[in-house]
This record gives sequence, structure tokens and C-alpha cells, in this order.
Amino acid sequence: MVKEEQELANRPDNTAFTQQRLPAWQPMLSAGIVIPGFVIIGLAFIGIGVALFVTSHSIQVLELDYTGVENTEPCYRCSDPSSKNCVCTLEFSIDSLFEGPVFFYYGLTNYFQNYRKYGASRDDNQLSGDLDYFKSPGNDCAPYQYNSNNKPIVPCGAIANSMFNDTFKLYQIIRGSKKLVPFDGKGIAWWTDYNIKYRNPSVTPLKNAFNDTVKPLFWSKPAYELDPTDPANNGFINQDFLVWMRRAALPDFRKLYRRITEGDYAKGLPAGNYSLEIAYNYPVMSFDGRKKVVLSNVSWMGGKNEFLGIAYLVIGSLCVVMSIVMLIVYAKFKFPEED
Amino acid sequence: MLGGDERRVDSRTIYVGHRSCSTTEAFIPPKFCDNRIVSSKYTVWNFLPKNLFEQFRRIANFYFLIIFLVQVIVDTPTSPVTSGLPLFFVITVTAIKQGYEDWLRHKADNEVNKYQVKVLEDGRRIQKESEKIKVGDVVEVEEDETFPCDLILLQSSRDDDTCFVTTASLDGESNHKTHYTVPDIEKDLESLNATIECEQPQPDLYKFVGRMHIDKNDQEPAVRSLGPENLLLKGATLKNTQKIYGVAVYTGMETKMALNYQGKSQKRSAVEKSINAFLLVYLCILVSKALVCTTLKYVWQSKDGQDEPWYNEKTQREKDTNLYLKMFTDFLSFMVLFNFIIPVSMYVTVEMQKFLGSFFITWDKDFFDPEIQEGALVNTSDLNEELGQVEYVFTDKTGTLTQNNMEFIECCIDGFQYKYRDASSELDGFCVTDGPVSKLQQKAGREKEELFLRALCLCHTVQVKESTDQGQSQQDGLIDQVDGLEVDAGLFHPPQEQRGFIASSPDEVALVKGAMRYGFTFLGLESKTMKILNRNNDVEMYELLHVLNFDPVRRRMSVIVRSKSGDTLLFCKGADSSIFPRVRQEEVERIRMHVERNATEGYRTLCVAYKILSAEEYAQADAGLRDARLALQDREEKLMTVYNQVETGMSLIGATAVEDRLQEEAAETMEALQGAGIKVWVLTGDKMETAKSTCYACRLFQRNTELLELTVRTLEDGERSREVRLHELLLEYHKKAVQDAPPVKAGVNRSWSSAGQDYGFIIDGATLSMVLNNSPESNSSRYKNLFLQICQNCTSVLCCRMAPLQKAQIVKMVKNSKGSPITLSIGDGANDVSMILEAHVGIGIKGKEGRQAVRNSDYAVPKLKHLKKLLLAHGHLYYVRIAHLVQYFFTSVIWFSFSVCLQNLCFILPQFLYQFFCGYSQQPLYDAAYLTMYNICFTSMPILAYSLLEQHICIEVLLDNATLYREIAKNAVLRWGTFLYWTVLGVFHGLLFFFGVRFLFSNPALQDNGQVFGNWSYGTIVFTVLVFTVTLKLALDTRHWTWINHFVIWGSLAFYVFFSFFWGGIIWPFLRQQRLYFVFANMLSSVSAWLVIILLILLSLLPEILLVVFRKPRGPHARQKKMMSPILSFKQLSEDGLLQSSRLQL
Repeated sequence: MVKEEQELANRPDNTAFTQQRLPAWQPMLSAGIVIPGFVIIGLAFIGIGVALFVTSHSIQVLELDYTGVENTEPCYRCSDPSSKNCVCTLEFSIDSLFEGPVFFYYGLTNYFQNYRKYGASRDDNQLSGDLDYFKSPGNDCAPYQYNSNNKPIVPCGAIANSMFNDTFKLYQIIRGSKKLVPFDGKGIAWWTDYNIKYRNPSVTPLKNAFNDTVKPLFWSKPAYELDPTDPANNGFINQDFLVWMRRAALPDFRKLYRRITEGDYAKGLPAGNYSLEIAYNYPVMSFDGRKKVVLSNVSWMGGKNEFLGIAYLVIGSLCVVMSIVMLIVYAKFKFPEED
Repeated sequence: MLGGDERRVDSRTIYVGHRSCSTTEAFIPPKFCDNRIVSSKYTVWNFLPKNLFEQFRRIANFYFLIIFLVQVIVDTPTSPVTSGLPLFFVITVTAIKQGYEDWLRHKADNEVNKYQVKVLEDGRRIQKESEKIKVGDVVEVEEDETFPCDLILLQSSRDDDTCFVTTASLDGESNHKTHYTVPDIEKDLESLNATIECEQPQPDLYKFVGRMHIDKNDQEPAVRSLGPENLLLKGATLKNTQKIYGVAVYTGMETKMALNYQGKSQKRSAVEKSINAFLLVYLCILVSKALVCTTLKYVWQSKDGQDEPWYNEKTQREKDTNLYLKMFTDFLSFMVLFNFIIPVSMYVTVEMQKFLGSFFITWDKDFFDPEIQEGALVNTSDLNEELGQVEYVFTDKTGTLTQNNMEFIECCIDGFQYKYRDASSELDGFCVTDGPVSKLQQKAGREKEELFLRALCLCHTVQVKESTDQGQSQQDGLIDQVDGLEVDAGLFHPPQEQRGFIASSPDEVALVKGAMRYGFTFLGLESKTMKILNRNNDVEMYELLHVLNFDPVRRRMSVIVRSKSGDTLLFCKGADSSIFPRVRQEEVERIRMHVERNATEGYRTLCVAYKILSAEEYAQADAGLRDARLALQDREEKLMTVYNQVETGMSLIGATAVEDRLQEEAAETMEALQGAGIKVWVLTGDKMETAKSTCYACRLFQRNTELLELTVRTLEDGERSREVRLHELLLEYHKKAVQDAPPVKAGVNRSWSSAGQDYGFIIDGATLSMVLNNSPESNSSRYKNLFLQICQNCTSVLCCRMAPLQKAQIVKMVKNSKGSPITLSIGDGANDVSMILEAHVGIGIKGKEGRQAVRNSDYAVPKLKHLKKLLLAHGHLYYVRIAHLVQYFFTSVIWFSFSVCLQNLCFILPQFLYQFFCGYSQQPLYDAAYLTMYNICFTSMPILAYSLLEQHICIEVLLDNATLYREIAKNAVLRWGTFLYWTVLGVFHGLLFFFGVRFLFSNPALQDNGQVFGNWSYGTIVFTVLVFTVTLKLALDTRHWTWINHFVIWGSLAFYVFFSFFWGGIIWPFLRQQRLYFVFANMLSSVSAWLVIILLILLSLLPEILLVVFRKPRGPHARQKKMMSPILSFKQLSEDGLLQSSRLQL
């Protein structure tokens, strides 16, 4: 008995795991699986690709550069950094109905919102309405932390300071008279940004929260007066501000400015002549940037993007071609061996 | 007294019982260390600093520490947390593991140190804790207790002034060893006044020299020599003896056990070297990437308006910083940003894989040997994968290839052969005995026979397992190895049934048993008197005067006994080569033939000689031996000289042949190893003929193998000098084996067909030393090269008559030869330790020759046959697993780091070619949490599971097809070519991921509500693609899906998704920036993001799939499939004529 017990104690456990004999599924990527698999994947990709391509083609886009580099351009005079409160007008026409809802974007190029120092230059505590950080903004905000009089800047930091401040008004020219196309400034920022991430301090009126602080140097009006028409669209939850604060990934980017969803233009912009009135404030010439506006409608896949459709088509056809090649190779070399 | 010589530093003086021997001398208690055993490395106080110091001595840890410090000091893109957390994790895990191990050691130490022992002090017995024993204390030890320190045996409860110990815990020899008290010690230890002089502690367990001066009142002090037979080692256990008293000579850390405790030097595996080499390359890539980026940044900045656009002004401090300092910090920042290319977690994963993986060896029930109740033992887990890379196996013969289970086969007395067993076996012109010698016609004189048998009975160091401890041995009999003799003895001598013999060498037991068959029974040794029972059932008594112990250099041992009649006789037995020169030549000729014939049959032969010592001769020998034994310095050499003087002019009586049977499946194992492309070298101390026959029996040499012999015999053929002959032979063999051999790649492919001629090479120790240690003027290195080249072209090599050190020399030579092949040594005895330590992988066999080999080995198995599975299955799997693990890690970090890098480098858009259009601002693409978690959480678990469970070929197939082993030979998976391949592949994938998403973001309005995505969405998409691709690639590589693989692979993907939701779902109060808030959820709401993720994952896996499909017919899988298909796979022909085969293993 003693001996048996000892044997039991020393003998390794005879379990599937310890003996490396766990039941296992051993998939083999044989031609029989791979070739049909490739065909199926290829066809599926081609299908998706066609859908994407067609959808992307149906999206209308109108891009207008208004930087004013050349002196022939209407905004040329405004591009001079010395001009103040300059307004210029861009005329354009639409040949056919621009289907709605139309989204109005502004775009910048050669603008590095993804610059590291720039991206870090913000104080999320301040932006979530913590009054302590109104008094002493985070150090990340430097050099946009305090002004020369050592007053705290609210909202601090480079991103907030450099907020895009050109404004646009779109008119349809109907028989010589200008008809304002109404813009919808709601719903251009992420819902979570507007409702949760960014918060104004719970002080009424909002203006009082900003006592003893100064507005960012570049701004013409303080944060609590960003939208004079809608008191709920002020402070840190101003939608333009939120859009700007979500940094772009690439140096050429566009951001949503307004949606055209109301009134006569809910169905889209009818064909005709339009005039875009631009309050030109934002300097880009110093870093060789460009400014543009983009009118676009969107589909289920978002804005116009040829890349995805083409990529799907290419990969899908590649898969099909591959499967054919494999079939030929296998028919030639493999089958006699298999039996 | 020897005067000044006494005070030498290399000896110590001990006052027994702390009593000064001389009243005139002032008693200065010498300082010795206390008896505390400290095997632990740390204490509570120094654990943290010491452990940290040790850990940061590892290059990788140190590197990450530096990176971490850079992140703390310099303003860098990623927070110190990203590298600090993994580092902290790694350090903590290792520290906890080491701390736990150390705690266990502390516990064990305490158990030993707090053990209660009895110490004689001022006539009283005092209970003390073991750690309080001081040198000089007289300690009492009772039966079955272990000795608390190294003791000189003063008094034993046994009548014959001996005691028995087992040293199982020291060297694994579980036989009882006899130790002797110092002669002439008064019974009353209280009044004993003595000093001991002995050498300073040294680790050799079997060496001890000392001297004891006993002061008897008013007499000249008596001097007694002390040797290892007087020394009781700490850790050994007292057996068969009620109690002993001993004086402590070495305590605590100075005991021989503690001195032997020191760890072995670390062996590093080839894979680890590969990893380090690859890491070095990656470090270079890292540095150059950082350099390129820094340079480009400053080139780009030199353009107006780029350095400091109005929207991103610099702080005053930045403006003031020195330009070069700024460059340097930028460089460091880039380094930090790209440092993910060096995967910190790979080290953890590799360590864990090795540690956990080694359990599969211990757990394997195929390695369990029911005889010794033990399985395999893993002493180091660092070398698992090395088992799959072995090119040379060096094996010992005795106990490894053969069982070391000796059986007396026949003997030859005075030229006549006596064979026990049946008459049916071979007839030899001389005589065939059937049964005991006495019953047959006698060819040799009766006196000669009896002399021979007496010699066998007397000339040994065998002990009789006493009948008195029968009762005990039934309890602990399982531990004690006793060669029972129930049947054999019972046949002839019924009264002595149950007689067991204990000896350190099984040969001796076999000989004594052999003699018993012929009617001479050894009854035992009692107080220096050997009793034997002769054929007439009379008891003969011999006084044992001296034992001239066996040693491998002399290769013989002798005893000097005095018979009842007063004759002093010397009996000597030993190897033929060591006996023949010492006996009369005419006797040799009669016996040599038998010896050689026996040797070719594979038996171990010993020659027995004797000599009658005249009174003067004996007196001289006795004096010489006593002198030599008393010597403190060079005792070994002096003893040797005396031995050699005494053992001359003997007359040869006969020879014995003992069979050593082959180990189970020895031949199959050897065949499998050769089939696996492994070269087997047999290194043995045995005779050439014996070894050769073993080789034939193991099928190492086959009938058609041409043997190239380079031994003393072949060298002495001509009249020319040995050197000339050696030169000639070497050239001749070289021509045969190397130059004329078909131009197959140096022997890696041993022909399975009969195409090439097989060569076997035989060399002996003497010739080898000529080859290796040639005199400087002759071209010894040339000989060595010739020798190596010949050996490498031979299928197997036999080196016989090797000294242990020569074995190691051979291993070293092969190890350092061209291509530095991986070597493996396997052996079971103390004489194999040197080669076990020398080889890349050392394997010990838990045999009968003690446990030294096992203790010094990296792996220990009970039997030789287990080597096959260890190499072919475990080794193969471990290698493939770890190689893929490494490969996978490097690929995944390459992807990762390149997509980080591209963010910085690759804003170089095609339409802006004229201008390096890039921020160079060290903007990380991913959030810190992702950076930190990538290697630790998202990707490491699946690869760990893979690297533990993967069986790309199942174990049975591996065992059945030894040739599969060749496919992974020479580190086949981790070559530079493959390294380059997956680096390039990684770069390609990195580009793919980045640009795929980059083109998608050319219009960042990706949601159907027209809202745009920002930079964190961008990073999250790339990261998601990355995590999925990395995991799915592994899934694609996994051939063996157990539930664990399923769980871990799908689980870690699920974890990634869950974590991303969670991380983005909450405003984390401790974060300064809520960058990822709802980014992941928002990303998932975009169809385009989904589509691009699917596209990129598929695109990056496509080449992989194609590769698998196209490579398969040549790979092992095809063969495996073919072989496995009848049992494990089923096939069905689908309608479109494509053969679909899916495989299920249940």
C-alpha cells in the first residue's frame, strides 16, 4: 500500500494537459479551402467595392479655395495680414440640384493640428468647467497660459487660442437679389463632446465665471460671447469651438462648419448662382497654408472618398485572380499527388 | 612537531571541546564562522536594492530604465508611464518570483539552523540550536539524524569504532558508507585533550586531510592522521548506528555541502543569442531612425514659418535653449517614441514560456520510470529549445548505453576458462564448466582456483548488508539500494539467503556474487577482519591491513591482508592495461587472449593478481602508507607513489568477465538520433574492444561501417615513431573520409540509402592526447583539424580509454569547431560531470553511479531511451515554439513601431514632394494606454498560449520520423534571412496600415452625420487593425487549436474591444487629458472605419495565407498529412472537383 501511494505521488499526472494531448482542432489551409475561400472573399469585396464606388460617385462636392494668393482672386486684398475686418465675396454657381442635407466644411492645408506641443497645449480640467483651473491653468498651456499681465487665459492653450474665426454667409442669387441660405450650427460637434466632455462652469451668468481671466490673445471676443444668438452655444460648449478642439489627424484637413437643413434648402441647394460672403480673419499665408470651403452631401459611408471603393475593387479582383492562378497551379501539380 | 609549518594559512587548528592542548600556551580561541547556513540571497533589508541591482544588470532592463529616466527628465512625447509601467511590471514579477524563491530558501535555512542538536559542554549535554555550533564543539548525533556540520568522528556506539552514513542528499549515493573513529581515543571524551589540524575548507566531498594531536597527560602527544573516512559531512545521515560523537571542524558556510552549493555557470541557448543579435540590429534601426528624424526635423524647421507658426509659439524657455541641446533632447525624444521596437514584454514572455514550458518535461509520464519512482528532472529551463538543435550527442557508455547492472559471466584462472551458466553456450577450446568449479574436471590447479576466488572475495570494498538491520531496512528499504541476492545465494548457501551487498561500484558486487557461486562467500568485515566462507563451509579470517583504493588513473585497487597463517598477501584487481605491466610477462600471454576475447564480446574484464609480501616488504609498505596518509600536503601524490611501489612484481592469477547489459531500447534510441542527423560519439573510459562491441550492439556501427582506427595499437604497427605513424594515418583517413567522400554537405545528411560509405572512427585516450597536445614544434593544430574533419564525416565516433577531463576536452573541441554546433552530453556518473558541464546541454541519467551527474546536468532522465522523446518531440516542439514566439514578437513590434514612426516621417505626401511636409514633432499616434497595453495585454497572452501548446506536428509523428528533426537544424527558423524577411514584411505592413488609413482620412468626414474624425480616431483605427492583424496572424499560424488557444485568442480580441469601450467610456479623473473619450465607440459607428479595418486586416494577412498554401507541399505538414490521414483526417470530394480536406483530431 505504502509503495502504491508513493508511486502515485511521484508519477506525473496523466491528464490530457500535462501530457500535451489536449483535444485540438488542426485546421489545414489546403487548396480545397483556400481557393473557394478566395473566390468568396473576392466576390464579396468586389460587391462592397462597387457599392462604395457608386455611392462615392453619387456624392456631390464643391470645393472653393478662398485664400487669395493670386491678386486675381477675390480675397487677395484680405490676405494681407495688416487688413482688419476684411470681408470678401466669392461667387459660384451650381449646375444642378445639390442634394441635401448639404454640409458646409471649411478646410485648411499645411496646418499642423497634430503637432505634439500644439496638441498637448490645453487644459481638460479647465474645459470641463473646473473653476480652480480658471485661476491657474495647467502648465501644458504655456506660452498661452498667462498673458503679459500675468492674468490667466481661459480657455488656455494653443489649440483654443488658434480657433478658426473666419465666418461665412451663403446667399443664393435669385434674379439679382441675395437670399440668405440658413445655416444650422447644431449637431456639428460630437454629441459626447457637447454633452459630457466639455462643460461650462455652473455659474450664472456665465460671464461671472470668467472674472479675473482674459480671453485668448488671438480671440476677438471672450468665450462666453462666442454665439450672441444662442446663449446655450457659448463658453466651452460652443459647437464651433468643440469642432476646432477635436484636432485633425493630418495637416490637410476639413472641419464641419454648418449644415444646411432648414427652410427652402432642406432638400438641397437648387441650381443657380450663389455668393459666399467671407469675414476673412484667419491668417494662413505666414505658414504657406490654404483655406477653402467645401460643400458636400454625405451618404452612409460618410463624405466622398474614392479610395475605399477602389481599394475594395482592387483587392477583390486580386483575390479572384489569385484563386484562378492557384487553381491552375493545383490542377497541374497537386492532384496526382493527393490520392 | 613540524614547527613553523604549522601556522600556515591553509590549515586550521581546532581545539576539541575548546580545551587548549597545552597549558603553557595562552588559549586564543580562533575565529571561525558560525554554523548558520545561508543559502538565501537576500535579507529583508537588502532585498530591494540587491534585487534591483541584479535585475538591472540585464541589458534589456537597463535599457528600459534608461528610456524611462529619459522620459522623466526630458520633455518627451509619451509619458514615463508608457515605459515605466511595463518595466515596473517586469521588475515586479521577477522580484516577486525571486523573493518567493528566496523566502523558501529562508524557510529551509531556518529549518536547518534552528534544528535542535546536543552539544557536550563541560560534561553536560546541552540542547542547542544548530546554528550555534562552533568549531571545536563536540556534537552528539543519533541514528537517522543528519549531521549539523562537518564532524570528525570521535566515538561511535558501535563496537568496531565505525559508523554508517548515507550521503544521499549530497551526492545521491544511497549506499551505506563506513566511517571510522580516530584511533586510540579515550572513551571519556571529557578528558580528551586534543587538537586537530586540518586543511582549510574545500569543496571536494571526497578529499580531506588532517591530523589530530592527542595529549595524554605528561606524554608526547600522539599523532593520528585524519582522512575522508573520519569526516562526517553535513547533510549526510547517520545509519545503523545508535549515536556518535564528533567534533565540529567546518561549520556553516564552510562545510563541504555549503561549498558545493554554488550554482553552476549560466548556459545560454542559441535562440537567446539570436534574440540578442536581432535586438542589436533593432537597436541600430532605432538609433538611425531617431537620427534621421532629428535631422529631417531640423532641415524642415530651417524653412521660414515652419519652426514656429503663429498658432504654436514656443515658450520663452524653449526659445532660450541651446540649439545643440535641443537637438539632443529631440533625438532622445525620438528614441523614446520609437523605443517600442525593443519589446520589453518579449523578455517576460520568453521567460514565462521557458519556465512553464519546462513543466511539460517534468509532467511527461513517458519519462516516468517505475523502477526508481521518478520522472524527468529539469534543472534549468533556459535550454528547452536547445534540445531541438542538437547536432552532436556525446554519450557515456557504462550506465548510459549499458545498464550498469553487472552480471558475472565467466572467469579465467591461470589460462583456463570457467564459465558459469549452461554448457550450451559457445565452446571454447579450453574448458566449459557447468556449475561450480568444484564439480568439474579441473584444469587449473585447485590452489590456483581457490587463490583466485579468495582474491575475489577479499579484494573489494563491499559491505554486507547486515541482518541486524533487516527490520529497519524493511522500512527504509525502499530508499536504500541493495543488491539482493535471494536466488543466487539461496541455491548454494541456504543459511545466507537475504544477504545483500552494498558497494559503490556494481562491478565489485558482481564479482563477490560471482565468487559466491563458486563457493566462496564473503561474510563481512568486522573490526578489520574479513571473514569468508570457503567451499568446505569453513570460515576463514583475514586481517585487513590496508586498502589501496581504486582510482581512475591507476585503474586498479588492492588490499593487503594477513591470513590466519600469518602470510601477508596483496591482492590486486584492475584493468588489463594497468595490471599487465606489473606482472610477469609469461603469465600475461596465457590470459591476454581470454581478456581480449571477452572484451570483444562486450564484457567488462578485470585482471586479478596477487603477491606475497615478505615481512620486510610489508613493513616498508606499511610505513610508506602510514607516512603518506599522515601527510598534510600532497597526500594524494604521495599515496600514489607508495601504491605504485607496492603494486609491482605481482603474479597474475586470472581474469573475470562481467556483462553489462544494454539499456532498454538503446539501439533504437541511437538509430533514431542518427536518423535525426545527430552524430553520436561514445566517450568511455572502457577498453576499446568492449566499447566497440557495445557500439555494434547499439547499431552505432553497422556491418558495412568502415572503421577507421586511431589507437595505440594501430600506431605501433610499423617501426617508425608514433608521431610519424599518426601523421600518416590521419592523412590516410582524411583522404578516405573527407576528400573521397561524395560532396554531400558535411555529413549533415547521413545517407538513408546505401549511396555513401559509412565511416566509424575509433580513437583512444593516449592517441587523443597526442593529437591534441602535440609538442609545439609539430603542427598540432593541423592534426586537430584533420582529426575534426575526419570525425565530422564519420557517422559515429568512439573514444575509448578517456579520462573525465579528456571527455570534456573532446566536447569543447567539437563545440568550438567551425559552425559551432550544438552539443549534448549524456552520462550518469561522476566521471561524466565534466563533459555534462562543458556541453551546451548536459543530460544526467538517474542511474546507479550516484547523483553527481544529475546534480550537474541541465536535464535528468531516468533512462537513455527517454533521450529520444526529449530531443525529437520536446526539443523539436520547444524550438519551433520559441522561434515563432521570437519571430512573432519582432514582427509585431516592427508593425507597431513603424506605424508610430510613419506618423512622424510620412506626412511626405506625393503632391508635396518638393517639401518635406511633416511636423517632426514626435507626436505619438496612439494613446499612452494603448502604447502601454499593446505588448503587455493585447498581444502577449495568445502568443504565450501558442508557445506553450503549439504542436505543428503531433508528437507521435515526430517520434516516428526522426528525419523531421533535421528540418529545424542549425537554428533554421531564426536565421538572418528569415529575420530580414519578416523585418521587411513588417515594414511593408506598417506602411500598409498607415497609408491605408491615411488615404481614408483624406476626407475625415467618415460618419453619415457629416461630422469629422480627429487624430485620436485615426490612431485608434490603425491600432485596431494592428491588434487584430497581429492576433489573427497568430491564429493563422496556429496548427493546434486547443480550447486554451481558442479562449486566449478570441478572448484577447474581446478584451481589446472591451477595454477600448471601457477606456473611452469614462472620464478618468486621474488623466490630464481625456483624449480617447468615446473615440472607439464613435469609430465603430462609422461604416467606412469598419470597412477599412476589414480591408487592411485581410490585405495584410493575404500574403501569409498564400505563403502557407504554396509552401505546404514541401513542408512537413504535407508529409504529416499523408502519414496521418488514415487515422486522423477525413477527406471529401466536393462537387466542383476540388479536394477539400479538413482535419479533426479528437
